[in-house]
Amino acid sequence: MPLLALSSLQKSFRTPEGGRRKIVDVDDFSLDAGQQLALRGESGSGKTTFLHLIAGILAADSGSIRIDGREVATLSESQRDRLRAEAIGYIFQTFNLLQGYTCLENVSLGMAFGAGIDRARAAHLLERVGLSHRLHHYPRQLSTGQQQRVAVARALANVPKLVLADEPTGNLDHRNARESLALIRDTCRENGAALLLVSHDPEVLGAFEDQRDFAALNRAAGEVAT
Amino acid sequence: MTLLLLVRRSLRQHLLSTIITACSIALAGGLLMSVWVVKAQSQATFTQVNTGFDAVLGARGSKLQLVLNAIFHLEASPGNVAVSDYEFIQRHPAVKLAIPIAVGDNLRGYRIVGTVPELFSAVDYAPGKKFTLASGRVFTPGAKEAVLGEFAAHRLGLRVGDTFHPFHGLIYDEKNQHAETYAVTGILAASNTPADKVIWIPLHGLQTMSGHDARASTDVSAVLIQLRSPAAGFMLDMMYNKQGNRLTFAYPIGAIMAELFSKIGWFDQVLALIAYLVGLVSAGGVLVAIYNSMAARRRDIAILRALGAKRRTLFGAIVLEAAAIGALGMAAAFVAYAAILTGVAIVIRAQTGVLLETWKFHPVMLWAPLGMIALCALGGLLPAWKAYRTDVADNLAPVS
Repeated sequence: MPLLALSSLQKSFRTPEGGRRKIVDVDDFSLDAGQQLALRGESGSGKTTFLHLIAGILAADSGSIRIDGREVATLSESQRDRLRAEAIGYIFQTFNLLQGYTCLENVSLGMAFGAGIDRARAAHLLERVGLSHRLHHYPRQLSTGQQQRVAVARALANVPKLVLADEPTGNLDHRNARESLALIRDTCRENGAALLLVSHDPEVLGAFEDQRDFAALNRAAGEVAT
Repeated sequence: MTLLLLVRRSLRQHLLSTIITACSIALAGGLLMSVWVVKAQSQATFTQVNTGFDAVLGARGSKLQLVLNAIFHLEASPGNVAVSDYEFIQRHPAVKLAIPIAVGDNLRGYRIVGTVPELFSAVDYAPGKKFTLASGRVFTPGAKEAVLGEFAAHRLGLRVGDTFHPFHGLIYDEKNQHAETYAVTGILAASNTPADKVIWIPLHGLQTMSGHDARASTDVSAVLIQLRSPAAGFMLDMMYNKQGNRLTFAYPIGAIMAELFSKIGWFDQVLALIAYLVGLVSAGGVLVAIYNSMAARRRDIAILRALGAKRRTLFGAIVLEAAAIGALGMAAAFVAYAAILTGVAIVIRAQTGVLLETWKFHPVMLWAPLGMIALCALGGLLPAWKAYRTDVADNLAPVS
């Protein structure tokens, strides 16, 4: 049984004109436990909405999303929050670190809403991403590459079964992007987490053995404004 | 633990507005508690302070004026009591003790009161408490000697052995100096009663001071009375106030003072209303401070939601933050309260000799902080609701 299985997944949004525009229309998609897959897609193709649906940040209009055997689409918002806190790690393009919190606190918050804060594990993860000397620094005191590493550590804090990465190297230079990508893949592997990464960057996509074209997967891709 | 971390960090992130809002709460809370405590303590103190006497006999007039003049050494004397009236009440079987006083002079604004030495030896100014001398001895009747209350001695800078010239009248006027020279023979220990701000001299000395009307040289201003029983008070009240028309018998002293407070009760209510309004405005300040920062917080809220925080967790965090601002403010309110009460106590002490107990527990010290914190938490509900409704996906830009 795959870790993530989607079928007939649809999501549309209301347009300013009062109509509805379909953003995601995926007939079938799956990801096995521990698998690392890259989805290739241009900006505005609905990739973020697709990841938000999987993470339960957005509710689908219809269809099924099963994560580790649990149907996400029928869960209440509160239950989706719980699932996200316990089983999903999310790496954002803009890192989305909390600026008022130290690195250690940012990572700690990654586990706070699931099993609870384990400062030792948070410190270990930061050490793993090479930031053991920056535990009590604030994001603004770090370089962009370092911020990305904190985001990676935070995404793994709750021991997720699935890590979703949305253009995780989009804000990094080539060297940092390469290093960061290797770090994400290695740490996911070490933690036994499956990785679903979306990107439009050929260099990033080239690093993955498994990759799919999101435009081919998402039947609504042609309708989405860019 | 997570909630506390969220609250602590948020307070720090919005430190300036937290401090300003907490300060406004501190002032409001301090004012609220001060109004209550001053009201309660002054009422309790002034209705209980009788310096050991049950009643006052004086010239025909207002009972309140008589009590204020003879017990609190405020107000002017309504007139004199003839020596025969004094001797009559002194011998009356219903009267346990009668102490005459005469007023009409001052020393740089502090009242000089003529009386008899028994005031210091026979009277308990409070249950089980007699006047004691911090230094020196009581004056000798007939001698030009004085015993000073502790507060008056301190403010006038007089010690045992010093001398002074009295001034005529109850209000200090340097042109009205009497020729007599009085020597300080004793300083009373503080009693926290109006006696502390009085300069006590022999009755005869005040009656016969140069420049005073010689025809009134045996009159007294009032007679302080201890009764043998409460029934005696009602009997004398009937005799002097209802049947007689020359003198006023002020009894019971506490009830007369309570009447004063009931007359100025509206003033208390106005003060309380102002304090309530200030409290309400401060709680509104919490609402405004947090609400105005919601735009800046939306991204953080969305991130926390993406990390798995439930809506109600963030709702609770905002309400708790508002309550925490209230709690910080109310902790500081005790500083404001101490400052206000100290100022008020100094003024009351200077005016009446009575010392308010600033830190004596009053229920307002419990319910005001709790009420204010609850009000602040209430003020946090609206921004918390805004946080509750924050759309996660919309605030996790950019979208690819």
